[in-house]
Amino acid sequence: MNSFRALIALLIFPGLLYALPIGWLMLGVERKLKARFQGRIGPPLSQPFYDVVKLLAKLPVNRVASDIPLLTGLPLLAIGSMLGTLALLPVFRGESGFVGDIIVLVSLLEIPALCFILAGYASRSIYGEVGATREAVVSIASNVPFLTALVAMAASAGSMHSSQIVSSTPWIVRIPALVAILFCLPIKLRLNPFSLANAEQEVLAGPLTEFDGPRLALWELAHALEWVALIGFVVVLAIPYRSTLWYVNAAGFVLLSLALVPLLTLLAASTARLKLAQATSMMWRWGGAVAVLALVAAFFVRNGGH
Amino acid sequence: MSGTEHGLIFRLVDRARRRSAWLYHFNAGACNGCDIELVTCLTPRYDVEQAGIKLEGSPRHADVLCVSGPVTRTTREALETIYGQMPEPKVVVAIGSCPATCNVFAGSPFIDGPLDKIVPVDIYVPGCPPRPHAIIEGISQAIEKLALRKSGATAVGK
Repeated sequence: MNSFRALIALLIFPGLLYALPIGWLMLGVERKLKARFQGRIGPPLSQPFYDVVKLLAKLPVNRVASDIPLLTGLPLLAIGSMLGTLALLPVFRGESGFVGDIIVLVSLLEIPALCFILAGYASRSIYGEVGATREAVVSIASNVPFLTALVAMAASAGSMHSSQIVSSTPWIVRIPALVAILFCLPIKLRLNPFSLANAEQEVLAGPLTEFDGPRLALWELAHALEWVALIGFVVVLAIPYRSTLWYVNAAGFVLLSLALVPLLTLLAASTARLKLAQATSMMWRWGGAVAVLALVAAFFVRNGGH
Repeated sequence: MSGTEHGLIFRLVDRARRRSAWLYHFNAGACNGCDIELVTCLTPRYDVEQAGIKLEGSPRHADVLCVSGPVTRTTREALETIYGQMPEPKVVVAIGSCPATCNVFAGSPFIDGPLDKIVPVDIYVPGCPPRPHAIIEGISQAIEKLALRKSGATAVGK
């Protein structure tokens, strides 16, 4: 990947210029559809955009000066790591990446959750700390099936190149691995049955309780990018085929990403929030079981191939 | 001032403030009547989320502070703290008769109200309790004030 192409991937597609409007659209569709499922009319699709503009135009209350770099830096780090993830996604044909880029990709995907936890503790609010603890427990639980599934895919493909993994994982491994990763998606996006960390009204606003004005707007942006990056990651892993035409690849990526949003919304609208113990045990048991299935399949596929 | 108020950014911010008002609901010793009526506004029948209005858990996220109750002595300090935690621009809506006049509690030694002795109030919604329609009307007038507060625009809807 030469530096010009990397810059395009970071800033245009699937980076900033694509991800920001699509992220707002995804959040807008989520709120609108959730309202429709609940028998309401709901906010317009442009709602997340106006929320961010309004928050940016607010005057934050003065805080202790030493808090400000940390509380501004954490959401910025989350935004940056999400853009990095998007830039590394092998959307097109012939994107060779580099050896071990799947490891960089996964670690970048984890950074927003880490920032979210640190933000909760750094804000020194009791609600922030409760939310941060919950997020920490839940994200460890969700990473068990997530990483196991990815290890299974990488092992069966025999490569640490993300593009190699995408193209040469056999379906018998890919399907259980994808099911396990899809299972982790609502947890990583903090959607309803697993909305423990940001449990609105229950722990006020979780780790973001003490964030106001522009700093909260940065978190809203990070959350929008998180939707695009995580959903994009699943979509990229799901399709092994890459067309020679770049616009077919791009259109497929965008349409499949958008198609996942109603499914996640349906799940969020039709379920109530789980308790921490329920969510973690569900993740370890069912998510873990499917991921281990993928790992076993990968073992047999590899040995059968020799 | 007159040069900037028609600028693109100012118009955008003005529009955003009208379309995305987040409420923080504070119970200053209310009997829960007004609180139930306020929450009713979020239900499918009234659905204020159409206008981008939503109830927030943290005062630091909020634009509109909705206060119900006559402000008892024990809630006064919390009310002052929460008002101070809300970032500018902000508006205060007094829901019901209690924050406006102390209602039947007037003259009690345990009441520090009415609300306007403690924080500046922008809109009063009378009633005991007020109907959801009245609350929505009050909040929409408060949003109108919110949009005009900093951007310096002069045109008002009504």
